[in-house]
Amino acid sequence: MGIKVAKTANEAFAEGMRQINPDVVAAYPITPATEIVQIFSQFVADGLVKTEFIQVESEHSALSACIGASAAGARTMTGTSSQGLAYMWEMLYIASGLRLPIIMAVVNRTLSSPINIHCDHSDTFGARDSGWIQIYSENVQETYDNLIQGVRIAEHPEVRLPCMIMTDGFILSHCLETMEMLTDEEVRDFVDEPPERENLIKAAVENKPITIGALDLPDYYFEHKRQQAEGMKNALRVIPEISKEFGNRFGRYYGFVENYRIEDADIGIVVIGSTAGTGKEVVDNLRKKGIKAGLLKIRVLRPLPVEDIKNSLKNLKVVGIMERVEGMNAFCSPLYSEISSCLYDLEKRPILTNFVYGLGGRDVKIKDIEIVFNDLLKILERGKKEFTLKYIGVRE
Amino acid sequence: MEKKLTWKELPIGDILEGGSSLKFKTGNWRSKIPVHIPEKCINCFICWISCPDDAIIVDAEKGKWSSFNYDYCKGCGICAYECPKKAIEMREEIEK
Repeated sequence: MGIKVAKTANEAFAEGMRQINPDVVAAYPITPATEIVQIFSQFVADGLVKTEFIQVESEHSALSACIGASAAGARTMTGTSSQGLAYMWEMLYIASGLRLPIIMAVVNRTLSSPINIHCDHSDTFGARDSGWIQIYSENVQETYDNLIQGVRIAEHPEVRLPCMIMTDGFILSHCLETMEMLTDEEVRDFVDEPPERENLIKAAVENKPITIGALDLPDYYFEHKRQQAEGMKNALRVIPEISKEFGNRFGRYYGFVENYRIEDADIGIVVIGSTAGTGKEVVDNLRKKGIKAGLLKIRVLRPLPVEDIKNSLKNLKVVGIMERVEGMNAFCSPLYSEISSCLYDLEKRPILTNFVYGLGGRDVKIKDIEIVFNDLLKILERGKKEFTLKYIGVRE
Repeated sequence: MEKKLTWKELPIGDILEGGSSLKFKTGNWRSKIPVHIPEKCINCFICWISCPDDAIIVDAEKGKWSSFNYDYCKGCGICAYECPKKAIEMREEIEK
């Protein structure tokens, strides 16, 4: 088994990449993700990896280089954040449409304007429909474990989709935590050689050139998108398989979601990322007072684990969906839309309400989450809600 | 009529064998057709260099203009415009 070390999430990403030893990494620096490729480039310079490291002039070029490398059969990785991810936008859809299993380490940071380098999830939430698998992490350990599992998920022959692994900017990316690192051999064994991609083999063995990204007009585009949708659907089956194998080997098991004291809860919150840690503390405090509180952490957002979300929330009476994203739709944050659509088909649904918090890295503290639970308790008493969206931690 | 593949039959991710554009004949996009006038042609091959669709065939060994490939000529008229001797005329498809 591995050893206990103190690492930031950026360091954990870089160490994980070293152990995975990809064929190609192309990246451009951006706060707070810069360290990932900075540390990794040192590994390249020191000869610890066989990786071809491509320095590019922008994130658009970084992902373009990754697409070229991955289409040629290379195991390919990159890392970015915020504006960098925004600048990759058109290439995100090309990577997923070409079914290229590129792995991207993303450090969540808000989007300009106003310019701000701190955490919220607006950057990757915008990319939730780009055809990439999205896995979010609560702490440094999960960041590392998700990265290693991500390689296997993306490359699975029935999935073959790019995958982004998220960690919270500064809160995790620059925060030292103890974690258990696997040995290089364990990671190498787990990720193994990428499965063969038959079209590339044909190009190599039969020496036949291939066309990548051919024009696909109204008579074929729809079929390719339907095919891509099936890949995402298959990921619903593949992700638990890979997670189980990871758990059996290394002792840490991950689901699509994490249920925390939610089985018998009356009220609960839904969160993503590092806020889950703070939320669990609040849940424990409430339980000590005899209040049946629980927490649901969403680990995988794409594919959307509908059945897991239904099962976790179906018996609750009131649920508060907390997210550090403002949807700008004059109604709710995107996670609220996702969760409420999961629950709509249930005969008996909990009352749902939405709390937007932590934009631009505003701290969320125990007392903030207590405000949320107090609101949920009021709704529970009255049997109805008086608002759908409330902002937590903003100066009124 | 070409049988169109279902989403289960298509190669994954739009990655195909090379040269597949040869199967897609774009000549039927044409509304005007280039016609060659041999008496005026000086075999300079400026039309051959200019054609964006490789739709002009020349006999390189004999140094002679040969023919149009109407399967792929979209009728853009660049050859007629560039010809220094006006040896290519664009005509209505029906007058050909």
